[in-house]
This record gives sequence, C-alpha cells and structure tokens, in this order.
Amino acid sequence: MTARTAFLPRRCARDRRRSTRAVIVSSGLLSLATLILTVGLGEYPIAPGDVLLSLVGHGDPSSSFVVTELRLPRALVAFGVGAGLAASGVILQGLTGNALAAPDLVGVSAGAQTAAVVVIVALPDLPVAVLPACAFAGALAASALVYALAWRGGGSSPSRLLLIGVGITTLGYAIVLGVISSVDEVIHASQLVTFMAGTVYGRGWQELATLAPWLAVGLPLALLSARQLDSLVLGDDTAGALGLRIEAERLRLLALAAGLAGAAVAVAGPVGFVGLMAPHAARRLAGAGHAAVLTAAVMLGGCLVLIADALARTAFAPVDIPVGVVTAIIGAPYLIWLLTSRAR
Amino acid sequence: MIPAAAAALRRRAGSRRLPGPLLIALGLGALALAAFASLVLGATAIAPAEAVAALLAFDGSAEHVAVAEVRLPRTAVALLVGAALGVAGALMQAVARNDLADPSILGISMGAALATVAGQIVLGVDSAVLLVALAMGGAGVAAAAIVAVGLLGRGGFAAERLVVAGAALSGLLLALVQGLLVIDRESLEAARHWLAGSLTGAGWDDVAAALPYLGLGALLAAGVARPLTTLGLGDDVASALGVRPRSVQAASAVAIVALAGASVALAGPIALVGLAVPHAARALFGRDIGPQLAACSVLGALLVVVSDIAARVVLAPEELPVGVLTALVGAPVLLHVARRRTHGP
Repeated sequence: MTARTAFLPRRCARDRRRSTRAVIVSSGLLSLATLILTVGLGEYPIAPGDVLLSLVGHGDPSSSFVVTELRLPRALVAFGVGAGLAASGVILQGLTGNALAAPDLVGVSAGAQTAAVVVIVALPDLPVAVLPACAFAGALAASALVYALAWRGGGSSPSRLLLIGVGITTLGYAIVLGVISSVDEVIHASQLVTFMAGTVYGRGWQELATLAPWLAVGLPLALLSARQLDSLVLGDDTAGALGLRIEAERLRLLALAAGLAGAAVAVAGPVGFVGLMAPHAARRLAGAGHAAVLTAAVMLGGCLVLIADALARTAFAPVDIPVGVVTAIIGAPYLIWLLTSRAR
Repeated sequence: MIPAAAAALRRRAGSRRLPGPLLIALGLGALALAAFASLVLGATAIAPAEAVAALLAFDGSAEHVAVAEVRLPRTAVALLVGAALGVAGALMQAVARNDLADPSILGISMGAALATVAGQIVLGVDSAVLLVALAMGGAGVAAAAIVAVGLLGRGGFAAERLVVAGAALSGLLLALVQGLLVIDRESLEAARHWLAGSLTGAGWDDVAAALPYLGLGALLAAGVARPLTTLGLGDDVASALGVRPRSVQAASAVAIVALAGASVALAGPIALVGLAVPHAARALFGRDIGPQLAACSVLGALLVVVSDIAARVVLAPEELPVGVLTALVGAPVLLHVARRRTHGP
C-alpha cells in the first residue's frame, strides 16, 4: 500500500541533474504564463499583452491599477499558498513514505487552522503578520501529536499515521465549528466560514508580505533537504547506512512541512487537496528525485490555486466563492481515483 | 460443517454475555436519570419538583413553558438522534467489518447536511417533511459513493482506504456547504450552529417528520441483527447457514441511511457518536449484533443527552453545539482504535 517503489531513483545522477534543470526552467515559464493569463481574467478582462505591459510599468492607468493593485497581489498570494501547501505535501510524503500523506490528511492543516481561528477570535487586535507564527505552532503541535500517537513498536506505520491524522483533523474541525458557532456577529462568522473553506478573497500586498518570508526561507530549505528525502524513501535501514540521523531528520523535516503549510493556512485558510494533488502529479511529471519533484510540485501547486481562484472569482461573479471549494471539487475525485486505482 | 459453524456461532454469541438484564436495567435507569436532568438543567436550573409539575400540571408559567415546550422536545430529539446514530454506527461497523466506520467519518452525515442546506438555500424548502426527505437523498448518495469506493479496486473496505475516502468525501461535501453559505449569507446565521450538530430549536414537527424514517431504520436493524451476527463468521459460512449476504448488506445500508439521514435532519451532522458507542457496546455485550444494537441505542441516547446537558451548562448562558462535545468524546476513541488496530511499525 505504501508504494515505496514509486519514489525509487530510476535515472543516473547526471541525467537527473539535467532533467532537474529542465524542470526548473519549464516550471518557471509555465507559472509565469499562468500568472499572466489568470490576472487578465475577471469582471474587467485585460488582454495578456496589456497585462505584461502593466507589469513592466507601461500599461494604461486603469488596467495598470487593476493589475498591480487588485489582481497581481491576490494572484501572487494564491500562487504562494499553493506552492507552500505543495512543498509541504512533498516533504510529508517523502518523510512518511506514504503517497496519501498530505497536510490535509495528517493533521497539519487542521492544526494550523484551529490555531489561526482561535487566535483570530480570542485576540482580534493581534497584527496579521503574527498569524503565520501561530498557525505554524498549531501545525507543528498537531503533526507532532499525530506522529507521536502513530509511533508504536519502534516505528510509525503509514496507515496508522493516516488514521490518526484523520482523527486529529476531526477534532480540529469540531473546535473550529464550535468557535464559529459561538462568535457574536454573523459578519465575523461568515468570514470565518470563508476562511475555513480556504480563500484568497481580498488578499493584497500586505498578506503577500506576511507569507513571503516564510516561503523565502522554507522553499530553499526544502530544496536543500531534497537529498535527505531521497535517502529517507529508501527505507530506514538504507538511510541510516547512508549516514542519516533518521529521527532527528524526520523531526526537522516535519517542522519544515508545518512551517510551509502553516504560513499558507494562516494567510488563506486550509485550501484543500492541493498538498495531495500537486506532489502526486509532480512525481508523475518529474520522476523520483526530490529536487525536481519539489520544483515541479511548487509550480503545479501554485498554478492549481491560481487557476482555481480564477474560476472561483469568475464562475459566480459578482460573488467570490472560496477557492477551497474549487480545489475540493477537483481534489476529492482525484483522491478517490487515486485510492481505487492504487489498490488494483 | 454446518453443525460446527452453528456451534461456533453459539459459542461466539454467548461467550462474553454479562448478566444482560442487570446491564439493561442499569442502562435504562441511567438514561431516565439523564433525560430528567436534561429537563432540569440548563441556562436556568429549574427545581425537579417544578419540572415534574410542568409535565403533569402545566400552568403556563415561564418555567413550565421552558420545561414542557423547550426542554422536553429537545430531550426527545437528543434521545432519538443518539439512539439512531449509535445503531447506525454499529450496523456500519458490522457490515463493513471495519471498526472505524461511522456516519460522520464516512461522509454520510455531511451528504445529508449538504442536501438539507442546498434544499433550504437553492430550492427554498422550509417544510420539515421535505427536508427530511432531502436529507435521506443526500445520505443515500454519499453512502452509495462510499460503497462504490469499497467495491472498486482490491483493498475492499479496509480501514485506511475507507477512512481516507470518507475524509475526502466529507471534505468535498463540507466545502460545497461552505460555498453555499458564502453565496447566501442570510442562511449562515442558522446554519453555523446546526453545522456542528445542534439541538437548539428542534420541535415536535421535526420529530414527527423524522419518525417514519427512524421507525423504518429501527425495524430493519432489528430484522438484520441475527443474519448480521451470522455474517460475522464470513460470507461462505453465512451462505451455508442460509443467510444471503447481499440482501442483508442491502437492508443494513437502507437502515443506516434512514437512521443517519433522519438524525441529521433533526440535529445536524453530530460527529463521532456512531464510532464511540459501538466500541463500548462490544466491550459489554460481545459480538452478538442483537444485544449490541440494543446497547448502542441506549448508550448513544445517553451520550447525546449528557453531551447536550454539558453543551448548555459549560458556557451558560452561551450554548455550544452538541457535536463539539461528542467529538471531544469520540476523537480519543478514534485515536485509540486507530493505534490499536494497525500493528507493527
């Protein structure tokens, strides 16, 4: 069931370096194209060429305003959220050797969300910039709890990890629903319900500035950990023989995954299924080496949330539906397909 | 072969039976006590004698109205919902042969919730009878989806597959509910309490609308109890003993949908009652499904009534949704079972 073989290196090192470079270049180009196309979409459509002109500062004033003040920051936040969740998913999957380990399923998103909602309601005056730290703490606590509870007989079995993750997630939801039910104003409850579903509505440069430092530190750290992830998926014995201090490494990677997902959840809520779909699709595209998989997953996760948000704000315009609704509509069938096809 | 199997069945059924009548009397006594406490306790406590007077000699005072017209229907709903969820959970665990099955974990409750919310918001339905029917439809579709996942692929109804599929389904359905509530903000005020499972505002007309389905579910559950016990010995043995596995499973599925759907229509998707209760019932009565179902109805009702009292008292005069309390009880059970049932590193 763990499909460890899916992670095994298939190519020699030189080929892999070359393909990693190709993945990085093509990922970058594809992301840029998606960004330009989706920024043009909306109630006031802007042609891709005009979007490009506005981005370099030569567009006409009205479309420049729409692009740089309204849509670009929101699009960048959407991309960053997707990237963070996807990278978190890659790390969690490598760490546990389980292709179903995603921030949504092993309790990371639930911990981040619960901490964020409780802090938002209990301390409404707290500056937004502190929220990712709270969400990180919640994500870390929840994932450490899941890991500790799944630990038995000298290891943490993948299926136990998932079952316990679902249990902790259920608990987190109950707490969040309790909080939502007990806040006084409906407006506030409505914002919390939207946040709980996952949304980038109204996110601007300020939220981007909140999210960016976490990604700027977390993503390079994740890339630097690619080799350790490659070793870990070979199994504990091999990884130990390769000189890895396994439990310390696992804990460090877990913290990294919690930080990346926590920052994303703090800014946009738990946008569902991204941390599951992007890593899985990335492994299919980029093979087995974690450097390439991480790059591809970051790109795919970012583009996925970008496109989902473009759909979410245009499908029922003028109402913005939460982007998490769109990712769930795509992601739940994907996960169920994964479950039924993997078992064949 | 058949006499041996029948002997095994008898051994199995009788092996762990504790003094049944005593346990049943104890359970019913505790239930009666809890139900009475639910009439007496709340935002304002009412003297027990006054509560009895409100039921026997109603005089229209504020206290009598609170007991007879608010707390009495609420307690009745708590009893019905708890019993229904307990029995539905036990049936699911027996049919799927998976002790982590539960209407809320596998997405069936959320299916009923989505259908109800969509009916209210999109179709503007506000009759209790139609809403219960909608809840049935939603629960049925979600159950069919889970059965399809179980039948497709080789892993069958194994714990991990089923629970992950249920989490995915629940996640999708909850996201759709949230999307609807964001589009229609006016329904949010009512729905945000109900969504966590809440007994606030349930009345006799809701009970009347749900009763036929609850009755159907209870009858079917009573009917499948014996064949399900036999089915616990394996499909082949059960067939040899004259039980048709597919019909038993189909009848159980209808009972599960009726019980879970009606409970959601009454009180929203209350979490984890159907998970926690059958474990306790098995510990008391062993694997024989008949006594197990009876015990689950009593224990489920007890769990929901006591949780609802706590939900009213803990933050009084504020109220917590009862589902938060049952989740706090049920989640440790879930964690314990998940830890115990999967062996090795």
